[in-house]
Amino acid sequence: MDSTLLVELSRAQFALTALYHWLFVPLTLGLSFIIAIMESLYVKTGDETWKKITKFWMGLFAINFAIGLATGIILEFEFGTNWSNYSWIVGDIFGAPLAIEGIMAFFMESTFFAVMFFGWDKVSKKVHLLSTWLVAIGSNLSALWILVANGWMQHPVGMEFNLNTARFEMKNFFDVLFNPNAISKFLHTVSSGYVMGALFVVGISAWYLLKKRDILFAKRSIIVAASFGLLASVFLTLTGDESAHQVALTQPTKLAAMEGLYDGKSRAGIVAIGQLNTDKKIGDGQKEFIWSIEIPYALSFLGFRNINAFVPGIDDLVLGNPTLSIEPAQSKIDKGKVAIASLKTYKEAMRENDNTKATIAFQSFRENQSFLGYGYLNDPAKIIPPVGITFYSFHIMVGLGSWFLALFFFVLYFSMVGKIETKPLLLKLAFLSIPLGYVAGEAGWIVAEVGRQPWAIQSMLPVGIATSSIDPISIMITLGLFATIFTGLLIAEIKIMLKQVSIGPEGEAHV
Amino acid sequence: MFENMSLLSLQQYWWFIVSLLGALFIFITFVQGGQTLLYNIGKDEAQRNVLVASLGRKWELSFTSLVMFGGALFAAFPLFYSVSFGGAYYVWMAILFCFIIQAVSYEYRKKPNNFLGSRVYESFLYINGSVGIILIGIAVGTLFTGGHFIKNEMNLSAWTMHSYGLEGALNPFNVALGFTLFFLARVQASLYFMNNIADDSIVKNAKIQLFRDALLFLGFFITTIVMLLVMSGVSYHNTFFVVSEYKFLHNFLNTPLLLALFLLGTFLVLFALFITFFRKSTKGIWFSGIGTVLVILSFFCLLGFNATAIYPSLSDLASSLTIENSSASHYTLSTMSYVSLGVPFVLAYIIAVWRVMDRKKITSEEIASDAHHY
Ligand code: HDD
Ligand code: HEM
Ligand code: HEM
Repeated sequence: MDSTLLVELSRAQFALTALYHWLFVPLTLGLSFIIAIMESLYVKTGDETWKKITKFWMGLFAINFAIGLATGIILEFEFGTNWSNYSWIVGDIFGAPLAIEGIMAFFMESTFFAVMFFGWDKVSKKVHLLSTWLVAIGSNLSALWILVANGWMQHPVGMEFNLNTARFEMKNFFDVLFNPNAISKFLHTVSSGYVMGALFVVGISAWYLLKKRDILFAKRSIIVAASFGLLASVFLTLTGDESAHQVALTQPTKLAAMEGLYDGKSRAGIVAIGQLNTDKKIGDGQKEFIWSIEIPYALSFLGFRNINAFVPGIDDLVLGNPTLSIEPAQSKIDKGKVAIASLKTYKEAMRENDNTKATIAFQSFRENQSFLGYGYLNDPAKIIPPVGITFYSFHIMVGLGSWFLALFFFVLYFSMVGKIETKPLLLKLAFLSIPLGYVAGEAGWIVAEVGRQPWAIQSMLPVGIATSSIDPISIMITLGLFATIFTGLLIAEIKIMLKQVSIGPEGEAHV
Repeated sequence: MFENMSLLSLQQYWWFIVSLLGALFIFITFVQGGQTLLYNIGKDEAQRNVLVASLGRKWELSFTSLVMFGGALFAAFPLFYSVSFGGAYYVWMAILFCFIIQAVSYEYRKKPNNFLGSRVYESFLYINGSVGIILIGIAVGTLFTGGHFIKNEMNLSAWTMHSYGLEGALNPFNVALGFTLFFLARVQASLYFMNNIADDSIVKNAKIQLFRDALLFLGFFITTIVMLLVMSGVSYHNTFFVVSEYKFLHNFLNTPLLLALFLLGTFLVLFALFITFFRKSTKGIWFSGIGTVLVILSFFCLLGFNATAIYPSLSDLASSLTIENSSASHYTLSTMSYVSLGVPFVLAYIIAVWRVMDRKKITSEEIASDAHHY
């Protein structure tokens, strides 16, 4: 059995499913709040136009929601089907947020979704409004719990390795829940959903204005969505900055890859835009960039809140840097191997009922346990994630984030002064920015997940150990099927959406 | 309070919760059963639209219950999750495919420009309701009949057959259970339609359909139970496993409470059929629903108590899983137990919401005039 192929395929399948899930989720997160605000305006003013506006966006919401569910269920079970060793080794900690997500969030979402969608004539206005808000709250709660799980993978806390069961066990639930990494992830990710929801509503409304139809509807929608989007964008930038700070503290290799930084420095600048030198190798002293434009001091400040801070580069992290007492990767690998060997010895000793041997092995394990994951690696250079894809994805995300901020500002400004219809260029840009929102979000996840390689759990568990022991061929089959089905469903969703948009809020929603 | 419980009691408590979630899921599969009856009960497009609308308001509950069942298993019995999902790969993947296609079908079936055409979405619903449910029965059946896995000292596992779980479909007990669940879902679907829809012709068709499915259901159900009572199971003592004859019969006899649950559940299902056929009642779904939950609950509990393996290994008996060797740690189980206190609250709001939403039965006029139906 070729285990590299197995790992690559498992990663590809998970990546495919997750990237698809993330095509649908952000709209759920953002649009649910926008709809709730619109319906609140309806209940407050009693104006039937607001009801019509609410119902129209709700229709689009439902079309999107269904595929979000379909892709999400696959992700949940893929932890078991494709990452079964992972599920055992960290399941004691990782399973809990997933289960809580089910109890606290998914039932809330799906129960009140039914009221929101079918209950217009069955419950009072107030109860209906409450249901709409509960759908929004439920979907954001589900984001909270899944991101607590993900934050823990990026920065494992609140746990200890149990040698008898050979797995990590939870020691403190609240450490896991209030993991700073999880909190910044949650805030940044949900706000990215709000931005994408807002881009969607602004973009489609802009299209109506360009077509000179459904004017009142479009203008009102734009005001709500652009205000929401502007606020969310500001928040997104702040939380993005905080995410980078967390990365700097807990995942230095990811930060170095995000910035293409090989040779660590104090007062490090951020490359605003640049082209990586693809010939560059670790420790060869070559230039990192073919060309680049830098913002001085920014990286030291972003990472460590101090312009004088030293930001370690890839060379420092792999080869070590004695002056700054950065340990070389090889030394971590050696310690990790000691941890693994001690675990084996411990198991042997337990079988032989040899207490002294067990105690010695136990102690040796504890001394080296924070390097456990490194012990499975054979090459120090493996601790560095793919630099190119991480670097470019990060820069695409940040660049687009700045653009959205500007876009919402101008759209809102011209809407407020009543001139938005006379700005066709801005309207076109707004419409074209819908796909850009998706690009930014997917890029963000690529930074987070590819940038975490080779770790499934940072420093503890490399992806190579985490997979199920199955034939690669079986994953090829399912991967092919998933790719086909998801793509087919995506095409169906887009076609249906476009049709509903062209029918518009005035038409009968469907046959 | 939970942190003072022994590890074993927490494990039993969590096996009970997982069993309850499994039982609730099986109850809600009336949605799936209904999906296979669209053309049997709905004689024309208008009737089918009413049926789809009636199911369409509940499908997410069945979906979410499945997700919840998976999540609870993962958190409480991670080794089971790891061994079963990572080993019986093809079976679980096939089940998942049957659920992906369900999720979009309600929403997309009638939408203009829907790419695949409404017939395809209807066939998706049919596959979900038939193949999906039968496979779930087969997967659950392997908890009794076992799987081909081994696990090592580090608790990492591997499947020893390259059919990755599909071989379970060759075991008669698993298949019988699969068909029992399939016909049970259809029985419940007819009862549900009769309760939920105010349309004489649909109610009449549902009743005829119910009669056929009920006979088949009873046939498979009795077969399954007889096979269960005569088959061997795996018992354990500390880390020793032995195959014991009539294990599940003994478990029933040793735990009269389970036997009582089982008998009461069976009685309620039969009672539902009785009042539907002989008393012209449309309330059958309530009795059969509660009955189903009780029967399935007792079924799962047969595995988790009386020192029984919840997942025997056919490749290496010593690798078999029990609630004791596959559970999460004491800390995690007790923490999660606090969370489980939320379950009754969730059930309460679900019931409250549906009482309001279903106060008035669905009529074909309502569906024809509502733009937001499925
Ligand atoms: C509309 C989408 C969007 C936009 C415009 C931005 N982000 Fe973002 N970003 C995300 C959507 C996103 C995301 C999809 O939500 C990610 C993926 C994982 C996560 O935690 O959030 C993410 C991750 C992510 C990470 C990695 C976190 C990790 O690895 O754990 C950093 C450092 C930033 N972002 C920083 C920023 C900065 C400084 C931005 C400047 C405006 C920015 N993001 C805009
Ligand atoms: C929905 C947004 C997400 C997207 C788009 C996403 C994307 C990805 C990608 C691209 C990979 C492959 C990385 C590689 O192998 O190079 C991956 C792997 C993985 N992700 Fe995510 N991810 C998302 C959310 C999450 C969350 C919330 C979790 C955990 C709760 C998670 C857990 C994993 C795991 C376990 C793997 C496999 C191991 C690995 O390759 O590291 N992902 N994801
Ligand atoms: C890789 C890890 C992930 C897993 C295992 C996962 C799991 C799931 C599951 C099982 C569902 C269906 C729930 C149902 O039946 O009601 C779902 C839907 C959803 N998930 Fe995920 N999810 C993941 C990533 C994410 C991320 C990163 C977010 C948000 C930040 C998110 C937010 C949501 C939301 C809001 C829904 C509601 C449905 C929708 O959007 O259409 N999920 N997810």
